[in-house]
Amino acid sequence: MKFPYNEKVLEHFRHPRNVGKIEGADGKAMEGSPACGDMVSVQIKVDEKTKRIKDIKFESYGCASNIATGSIITELAKGKTLEEAKKISWKKASDELGGLPAIKAHCSVLAVEGLRSAIRNYEEKRGLVTDKTPTTIETIEKRLRKVMNPLTGLDLVGTKLIKKIELKEGEVKIDIDLPENHQFANSIKEEIREKVESLHDIKKVSMNFSG
Amino acid sequence: MFDEKMIYLDNASATRMDERVLEAMRPYFFDTYAVATSEFGYSQGIEAREALQEARETVASRLNAGPGEFVFTSGSTESNNMAIKGVMMALQKQNKNHLIISKIEDFPILYSAKNLEKQGMKVTYLDVDKYGFVDLGQLKASVSKDTALVSIQHANQEIGTIQNIEAISQICQEKKVLFHTEATHTFTRLAIDVKKIPVDLISVAAHTIHGPKGIGGLYIREGTPLTKWMDGGFQEFNRRAGLENIPGAIGFARAVKLVTTQENEQLISLRDHLISNILAEIPKTTLNGHPEKRTPQNANITFHFIEGESITLHLDMHGIEVSTGSACFSRSLEASHVILGIGGDHERAHGSIRFTLGRYNNLKEIDKLIKTLKEIISELRKISPLGKD
Repeated sequence: MKFPYNEKVLEHFRHPRNVGKIEGADGKAMEGSPACGDMVSVQIKVDEKTKRIKDIKFESYGCASNIATGSIITELAKGKTLEEAKKISWKKASDELGGLPAIKAHCSVLAVEGLRSAIRNYEEKRGLVTDKTPTTIETIEKRLRKVMNPLTGLDLVGTKLIKKIELKEGEVKIDIDLPENHQFANSIKEEIREKVESLHDIKKVSMNFSG
Repeated sequence: MFDEKMIYLDNASATRMDERVLEAMRPYFFDTYAVATSEFGYSQGIEAREALQEARETVASRLNAGPGEFVFTSGSTESNNMAIKGVMMALQKQNKNHLIISKIEDFPILYSAKNLEKQGMKVTYLDVDKYGFVDLGQLKASVSKDTALVSIQHANQEIGTIQNIEAISQICQEKKVLFHTEATHTFTRLAIDVKKIPVDLISVAAHTIHGPKGIGGLYIREGTPLTKWMDGGFQEFNRRAGLENIPGAIGFARAVKLVTTQENEQLISLRDHLISNILAEIPKTTLNGHPEKRTPQNANITFHFIEGESITLHLDMHGIEVSTGSACFSRSLEASHVILGIGGDHERAHGSIRFTLGRYNNLKEIDKLIKTLKEIISELRKISPLGKD
């Protein structure tokens, strides 16, 4: 039999390691969208003293190379310091898996981005980000471009679902053109909070769904 | 880990050839291998010509057409290119440069249309409803004095939806425009009678009915304007040049004869068993296409919140071969234009799996598929971040 992936990739695909979510995770990230065909969620638990990743879990909506990369990066990152984990590249993950088809690079890059974003999320929450540039509407908009509507797979800014963003003394108000009872309203809300509240000078995020 | 016998459920892409087809073809490789000569040629060539003519009669008669209205081609892609480009080129001289197709046509039609657009012709892409049916009102409204041809498939390649070609051909006849239908996925499975339905061109192929690859045909109603675009010799009534594929034509004819009403009924019962059991036993599934007006061999189901390539790979590791509308599976890395065309979103396209049945499938295989799918879908959903709210 001939499969499109090597034995190691198939093994991780069939038996992915560290699947799931972490109760009270210290850092969380969701990368990708159904439009590109892949999404990855990465959550980490960090040892406050040693700054090592104590636990890491992932979830994947994606193809075999996406699932396998998600699995391998959790193995690679576990026990590493945040600085070491940040250096895990797609190349490293791919090599560890014995190689991935070039055309699948974009599916597997997501998992690596997911890990980096989860670390960044942790650092922002703990005020460890050294860059203290004041947040602007543009910064917020840039982050909202990473929030997807899971139904369409398109980001909120690109699809003009963000009606208004207000920023005043660390408080952000966002008007969203979606009904309150939208199937994914809660997950969208949670994602926005996750991405915006973690900015160093943002104290509060409130959202108004109407559509 | 792996089962010995594989279960092949991608019969819309290609089929296992029937041994009886090969037996029919064999003499035309080893005994009667000469080119089909004119009636004044040498004996082997005359024999070849007669065999080709007999094959033509057999295939054409399945459409209730005469042999003079049927041309052999290298397959459905060529038939479709020949029909669309041939008619559009022929009628350009009369200032007719408008083509109407549906937005869920298969790639040979879709990309022929896009090619013609680049050359300055106009194309209307008709919308379809949630089942994939063309809007007949929109079709009527789209025909103008510039319209040369309407090309609407008989049934869809991915979701199996059968168009109302009786009504469509009537509209075309009333509006005095030519009508072509692509029947690769219906030929011999569903009847088309060209004496009853005013269709001008029909594309057919052998690879979907357990015949050989590389042979197909085009029905061309007498008097239909069609520019010859494969130039060379005077073969196929001077419509298509090139050495005739005689073993292919013989194999095609044998394959046509082997499809019976009983077999088609058997496929329908397998299909319905597959669909009803999957929908009943696996939650969060959507049938793509119409519950009844679909080809006997086609089932297409979306398994929500998971991606198709992961499903096909897992099935493959269990010895089951299917295809998916997911971007990750396709060579173009684009999600199925058919699922998007019927109003589905990317998530629905990526999770769609097409199961297409054939002569060699049986109930035991379908039950194994359902059992295997249940396990795979549940495992993949455990990994997925979607659908847990």
